[in-house]
Amino acid sequence: MSTSDAAGSAISDAAGSAISTADATRTGAAAGESVEDFRARARVWIRANLRPLEVHEEVGILRVTRTDEEELAAAARERKVQRMLFDNGLAGICFPPEYGGLGLTRAHQLAFNEEIEGYEYPQRIQVPTLTPCAAVLLEFGTEEQKLAHIPAMLKGEEIWMQFLSEPSSGSDVAAALTSAVRDGDDWLLNGSKIWTTGAWWSDWALCLARTNWDVPKHRGLTVFILPLTAHGVDVQRIEMLNGLKEFCQEFMTDVRVPDSDRIGAVDDGWTVGTRWMFHERMASNSPYVTSPGTSAHHRIGPDWLLDIARDAGRLEDPVVRDLIGESRVLDLVGSALQPRLAAGMTTGRLSDQSAAIARLFAGITATQHMTNAFDIVGDRGAAWVEGDGAVFDVGQDFLMRQTATIGGGTTEMARNVISERVLGMPREAALDRGLAFRDVPRGARNS
Amino acid sequence: MLLELTPDQEVFREATARFLADRVPPDVIRRLRDDPAGFPSGYWSAGAELGWTSLLTREEHGGGSISGSPLVDLSILAHEFGARAAPGPLAAANVVALALSAWGGDAHAETLDAVLSGMSLATCALGEPGVPGEPAGVTVQVRADGGGVVLDGTARPVESAARAAHILVTARVAGTAGFAQVLVPADAAGMTVTPMRSADLTRRFGVVQFEGVRLPAAAVVGEFGEVGEQVERQFQAALALSCAESVGAMQTAFDLTVKWAFERYSFGRPLASYQELKHRFADMKMWLEASHAITDRATAAVDAGAPEAAELVSAAKAYIGDYGAELVQDCVQIHGGIGMTFEHDLHFYLRRVTLNRALHGNPASHRARVTGIFENLKELA
Repeated sequence: MSTSDAAGSAISDAAGSAISTADATRTGAAAGESVEDFRARARVWIRANLRPLEVHEEVGILRVTRTDEEELAAAARERKVQRMLFDNGLAGICFPPEYGGLGLTRAHQLAFNEEIEGYEYPQRIQVPTLTPCAAVLLEFGTEEQKLAHIPAMLKGEEIWMQFLSEPSSGSDVAAALTSAVRDGDDWLLNGSKIWTTGAWWSDWALCLARTNWDVPKHRGLTVFILPLTAHGVDVQRIEMLNGLKEFCQEFMTDVRVPDSDRIGAVDDGWTVGTRWMFHERMASNSPYVTSPGTSAHHRIGPDWLLDIARDAGRLEDPVVRDLIGESRVLDLVGSALQPRLAAGMTTGRLSDQSAAIARLFAGITATQHMTNAFDIVGDRGAAWVEGDGAVFDVGQDFLMRQTATIGGGTTEMARNVISERVLGMPREAALDRGLAFRDVPRGARNS
Repeated sequence: MLLELTPDQEVFREATARFLADRVPPDVIRRLRDDPAGFPSGYWSAGAELGWTSLLTREEHGGGSISGSPLVDLSILAHEFGARAAPGPLAAANVVALALSAWGGDAHAETLDAVLSGMSLATCALGEPGVPGEPAGVTVQVRADGGGVVLDGTARPVESAARAAHILVTARVAGTAGFAQVLVPADAAGMTVTPMRSADLTRRFGVVQFEGVRLPAAAVVGEFGEVGEQVERQFQAALALSCAESVGAMQTAFDLTVKWAFERYSFGRPLASYQELKHRFADMKMWLEASHAITDRATAAVDAGAPEAAELVSAAKAYIGDYGAELVQDCVQIHGGIGMTFEHDLHFYLRRVTLNRALHGNPASHRARVTGIFENLKELA
């Protein structure tokens, strides 16, 4: 009796603090809230305020599941959820309090990740806004820049994009052709960036541009920030083969950027860029990012295959069972591989470049899962109807299979890193080394 | 193998590594091809002194681990066996020691002593992977008769069958769905062993036939007709050790081939400078690290008796069966013709992963087992 009373009052206390004023809550958190107190507070708030996800809500590969209006509504909802998190002392868990964060530890963020699993969360505001963009600002931004943007990010008011890849340079990102030319106290930017996700409803960008063409490629770059609404920025949506229109390309024509929006020193953009890409690679493990352990039903993997096989009526087919077994084996192996690599990199037993092994494994495993799923559904991978259950759209997903081995750095680049940096094999010949960038050979379409 | 060994584990590993380097270096292994036993006399009993046979037994039987996780410690030795393509039925002998210590009672204490000291070699016929707790592929039958039991049927392949003083046989209890385990001495009337040819240079196998082999009831190990769980535990231990051994062989083959890629020049440049080969090395490195990782994870789970052990160890066996063989075959490919000669060491490791891929269930049969376990897991959830 008394035990349950105590538990009851603990819960109502936690709920009470969660709905207290934002400042009071955030001050309390910054004062050193324990992980377990924080977890309890987060749990109560999440369950009271956020919508639980439905099974299979986000399965498949970059599926077209919303109209433009629905996509805008979803982005708006995420901004609102982010604001609610901010107002209730649950946003920016590992960000410094002076920029609106809670100043708590990675352990608090991990607890939050666990608590929010299975609920909606502001997924669009995590990457690239909170990392790498906010992480780069924290490291290289001026005090004014940090104060101007990081609190706005944490409130869901600014969603950021990475202006990094260009039509002429994907893996070779330092070969950027976008130019920035000094004009009084400003810079004029011209060029094109590509593969920004959701730029059509986003606000700001971190941009890598070339400021010096007379030095080798890494030494003539500078990083800027700019609003996507700036005059001269034209955001075009790219239609992917499955009809998805979330990736964008931007065309910049004489976009005026004040020198106060430069990040880091002129021509020292590669110093910033190196850390930028480090934060990007680490995104899934960043303390700045909320990344709920995706429940098994929401990802491409054996659970999904089991559901597909059941809905295709082929669960007893030994060939299908072999495919499910293969995917389950790869999944178990992957979950053993990640901690081994992480531990090995921490202790120095394995090369600090071993993350490339995890990247390669994740890429080829995802493509194998997708192939297995496609083979399980039989001719329902060629044509399907709404009533086909989990089988629906698997054929379309198969067309998008290579997403897993291209996005976020190709598996070819991972293989280069493993062979050259982990195993110490000779590096590929680079014909641009030591050459002034203006003299580096370029493809005819990119000159 | 584990990334970090404790100092005690390292001493333990080092002792066996030094012993194997001294007693069975590559030239000796080549010569052992024609040796009926597959290893020199005195080899096994000397190994027993290094801890090859006792880790999985209870302390009162002379067991005791290095780290508190006996199967993990033993897997370190299995890894060394693979890395050096060492002779001897490490997994089979340890499975018998485990069985006699855990379920054998007083009736088998003397045999257990002899097995632990290495004076006597013991082996087992476990059957194949099936639903956990229900051994598959068992054709030997046993029936109770008078005060004893009678065995009929054939078990194959049984490692070191011709050399072993005792064979632990899993048999179906005639006319029931149950199984029993019986320890059969080599001189039992009605038992014959026919030597087999094998993919390995030093590991020997035999066909064991039982024709009305009559033994006292005391020969039974565990509860007659109720040994599903104990056979599963033995099976899991054997699988974990098989995987650790294969990973050792993969590691040596990989290291040999990386070295070769740096030293071998074609068209004025080392093989290691060709992107086509570099990318294959990247894949091999990934398979290798993944194989280490799943083996260590599965071994720890089996050691702890964790509920996920059955699935993890079959996942390890399936993955390493596929990618272990793929890795070493690709090492052969990158070596070219020289990698297929008897004089080169590479085939030692190719043989080891080949043998282990086929023994105790191939990748497809373990995938089938994984799917069944996974399906049940999801239905329970």
